[in-house]
Amino acid sequence: MQTKRITFNNRWLPYLLVAPQLAITLVFFIWPASQALYQSVLREDAFGLSSEFVWFENFETLFDDPLYLSSFKVTLVFSAGTTLLSMGAALLLAVMADRVIRGSTFYKTFLIWPYAVAPAVAGVLWWFMFNPTIGILAYTMRQLGYDWNHTLNANDALLLIIIAAAWKQVSYNFLFFLAGLQAIPRSLIEAAAIDGAGPQKRFWTIVFPLLSPTAFFLMVVNIVYSFFETFAIVHATTAGGPGQATSILVYKVWRDGFVSLDLGGSAAQSVILMLIVISLTVVQFRFIERRVEY
Amino acid sequence: MVENRPWLTFISHLVLIIGLAIVVFPVWVAFVASTYDPKSMLSGVVPLTPGDQFFQNYYQIFVEGLSSAGAPPVGLMMVNSMVMAMAIAIGKIAISIISAFAIVYFKFPGRVLAFWTIFITLMLPVEVRILPTFEVTAGLGLLNSYSGLTLPLIASATATFLFRQFFMTIPEELSEAARIDGAGPLKFFRDILLPLSRTNMAGLFVILFIYGWNQYLWPLIVTTDESYYTIVMGIQRMVTVPDSEPLWHVIMATVLLAMIPPVLVVVFMQRLFIKGLVETEK
Repeated sequence: MQTKRITFNNRWLPYLLVAPQLAITLVFFIWPASQALYQSVLREDAFGLSSEFVWFENFETLFDDPLYLSSFKVTLVFSAGTTLLSMGAALLLAVMADRVIRGSTFYKTFLIWPYAVAPAVAGVLWWFMFNPTIGILAYTMRQLGYDWNHTLNANDALLLIIIAAAWKQVSYNFLFFLAGLQAIPRSLIEAAAIDGAGPQKRFWTIVFPLLSPTAFFLMVVNIVYSFFETFAIVHATTAGGPGQATSILVYKVWRDGFVSLDLGGSAAQSVILMLIVISLTVVQFRFIERRVEY
Repeated sequence: MVENRPWLTFISHLVLIIGLAIVVFPVWVAFVASTYDPKSMLSGVVPLTPGDQFFQNYYQIFVEGLSSAGAPPVGLMMVNSMVMAMAIAIGKIAISIISAFAIVYFKFPGRVLAFWTIFITLMLPVEVRILPTFEVTAGLGLLNSYSGLTLPLIASATATFLFRQFFMTIPEELSEAARIDGAGPLKFFRDILLPLSRTNMAGLFVILFIYGWNQYLWPLIVTTDESYYTIVMGIQRMVTVPDSEPLWHVIMATVLLAMIPPVLVVVFMQRLFIKGLVETEK
């Protein structure tokens, strides 16, 4: 790894400079993570009085547990739904915003602020509008003949958290898509127009392929977001219910650890989540390395 | 604009306005709901035009809070959120910039190891190590304190990378000149690196402020004392009231107050925000 050609000489200063960061990393990151690894192979009673080494029994129990498997499925559906909805909407808006000349700054300002809204707040906003008794959207849907009730209907509840999570994420995707669109050379598009390609053809044969690196990057970011940053949406609104319909993986780790006090099971889930984060990070980094070569 | 197609321009504007409406609508509904008294809220659907209880409702939550739901005054929670967001943003920038300085401008044994140790934190978000991190924090006696709220979130691989990349682009001549003129490392850092990093720090600050303000899971588990509640997690306490319909007018007023500071930061520091966002994702 590189340093500057000219470096300073000092025996103790560099250690002093990295010490705060390293201390926090070791105490609050590395040590807890190793504890999770260690606890995932132990069986402990809820009071922490005795523990027993059980090899991979916690993992076996986990993968035999229909609740855990259903939580995995819910997370996949939730993640796919959120990613598709927010990226689709963002791409549409970005393409339109790239076209218009008048008012583009205005549109941009008003489309990016939801980035600053906390996931919990986004969840509560949509939860209120879909409230079965007083919510305006639930009322509208009743008028249209659909009886919306996310406290009873599993699909309604899942759709609710997907919409809330996607709503917040559209602004992020919009910004990156817009930047990607503006980086496409105008001359390419003009050449295609001169050759007689209409707007739709230009989009699918030129713009869309050139946007695919951005789209891939955003897909990874969105999957990470929907896997790990959406605890608040679930916890503040549906609380995993009805039944287990919206109990996504991060929600289940928290619930099993803090509410059910199943330490070994929660630790085993943490380890699985860590593996997921690590593989997603590796994918992200490999992609970025490739982009640098262009 | 390649060619003039009035219809397509019209459709573009239409799509953008619809998108804008979808983005703004939830906030409008929340605002309207926060201007009614509780009775009109329970008798049917929320109306779409504001009521006349605006000052009364906001005064009530700001000063008194919602004691029935065990939530402190919103004013106090906003102060807590502000302390937490500022401490996290400033703390992360401070410890990251000095460790990046050490890694780029010094050769010392253990340098690569230090770099990789910091790098690993990228792969360990709070959500995947909740319970053990809580145990460590509890063991250090940091529950219900500002240090407990902020310290465990302060390490930052992203910020360290960002500063490292930036330092690598600074010309060698600057440090050579500084050395010839007899400046030590600390003087070089203070008089040359810090001023050069100003815009990077500002962009990063915007992103990290929003990150800190919007924390939810961590404050939820380390605070049990109401006087340390942050506003984003305080909303949850108001929403989950047992055996009764939540007091929507109060909740919606709190929701609006919770989103105002970070949204203002994004809107008024748009350029820095975009710079920070693009850079932290590199």
